[in-house]
Amino acid sequence: MVLPTPLKHVETADHLNKIISENENVMVCCGRMGPMCIPVYGIMEELQEEYKHVDFRDMLFDSPEAHIIRNLPECSSFMGLPFTVYYKNGKVVAATSSIQNRDQITSILDKEFGK
Amino acid sequence: METVHYDSIIIGAGPAGLTAGVYLARAKAKTLILDSGVAGGQMILTHEIANYPGIESISGYALSNNMRNQAKKFGCDMLSGVSITQIDFESEIKSLSLSNGKSFSADTIILATGGRSRTLGVPGEANFKGRGISYCATCDGDFFQDKEIAVVGGGNTALEEAVSLTKYASKVTLIHQFDHFQGFKHAEDEARSNEKIHINLNSRIVSFNGEDKLTSITVENLLTHEQYDIGLDGVFIFIGYEANTDFLQGRCIHLNERQEIVTDNKLQTNVPGVFAAGDALAKRFRQITTAVSDGTIAALNAMEYINQKKQKEAAHQ
Ligand SMILES: Cc1cc2nc3c(=O)[nH]c(=O)nc-3n(C[C@H](O)[C@H](O)[C@H](O)COP(=O)(O)OP(=O)(O)OC[C@H]3O[C@@H](n4cnc5c(N)ncnc54)[C@H](O)[C@@H]3O)c2cc1C
Repeated sequence: MVLPTPLKHVETADHLNKIISENENVMVCCGRMGPMCIPVYGIMEELQEEYKHVDFRDMLFDSPEAHIIRNLPECSSFMGLPFTVYYKNGKVVAATSSIQNRDQITSILDKEFGK
Repeated sequence: METVHYDSIIIGAGPAGLTAGVYLARAKAKTLILDSGVAGGQMILTHEIANYPGIESISGYALSNNMRNQAKKFGCDMLSGVSITQIDFESEIKSLSLSNGKSFSADTIILATGGRSRTLGVPGEANFKGRGISYCATCDGDFFQDKEIAVVGGGNTALEEAVSLTKYASKVTLIHQFDHFQGFKHAEDEARSNEKIHINLNSRIVSFNGEDKLTSITVENLLTHEQYDIGLDGVFIFIGYEANTDFLQGRCIHLNERQEIVTDNKLQTNVPGVFAAGDALAKRFRQITTAVSDGTIAALNAMEYINQKKQKEAAHQ
């Protein structure tokens, strides 16, 4: 079960563990095809060109495998989709809840992963 | 840095701007579309569109992609995620600069910046977005199963969403600043007859409180000015839309008291060569079809303006 977006997807919890162990910088947006999530996928799609050192992924929030994001301590207070998580060397370095604009996303990318 | 010249620059890639782009590029006008977000505008916020003639049902995401691809296919240049830092629309050659240092000029400008959800602008609102505050019931309603929440607003959206949120929440407090609702009678009747909905009229939220997540709000009774706290887990805000015209305020373009763009029947603003289309206009009905119609009219009139300008220039040579 994956989202119908042009982004690369995370399919299972094991898949995410593999991705974050193989890539230094990973951004995962976990959501649905809803109004708060789609703009974030759109921004990620556009940023892929500019941030080639970041692996951009989405994951279906309703997949049972998404427990790997939903149950992160960093997301424990989240009550708005999407849950967006940034991993550096396999560790969570930032996480946001609900829609974010391009400036909010790039400021995290620049701070955590560099330009 | 070099300034790139276009026949027309469209600001905003919602249905109005993308339609204008299709018409201008098809007429062989060199056209640039700029957007501060992603192409599609408010259509992207729409799960299902069932009132766009000729298409029985389509997601807002799909219709946005179709319109964007069509505009690109006809030859529009498109830049999204941009921030306009400087404008000069009064001169015969209009110009603007972006925060990334790029600058562009054009014979005509089409303002198609649409609108956005209004926020309350109350302390704590930005901090608790996604941690208790939401602007989308269908997206976030299920986080509030058996929890107490509030809905702010008094129009149809607030009334309808308050009712729909009772599917999840144990109690919904509907907070509205006036002494009556602005929505349809049937929507109000449905909200009033729902046992889970408690109505606080003549009231406004003055602060959102909590640590990691929202735990309470402070409400003011606007008649007595008494303030009191309500403990809750979530607040959904539906207080209408406002035009995206902040970057035009205090400039040469005539805006009305609601900061919407005023035009003549050619959709030209008070500044020659500057046209406007879609939800940012001072008008009554705001739909995709009306935005598409405005985009067409603005583009055709902009095209006429460009042609007349070129004819005049040729006559002078
Ligand atoms: C939840 C929801 C559901 C809806 N459902 C329907 C429906 O079912 N059917 C229907 O017909 N209508 C529906 N509408 C209304 C419809 O989406 C709008 O009327 C229509 O999108 C307006 O088009 P527009 O091009 O004028 O503006 P918008 O769609 O608002 O697009 C404006 C664009 O301009 C950009 N922009 C804003 N400011 C700037 C700036 N300073 N610089 C550069 N770019 C800028 C924005 O990022 C945006 O992409 C719905 C609206 C919402 C919010």
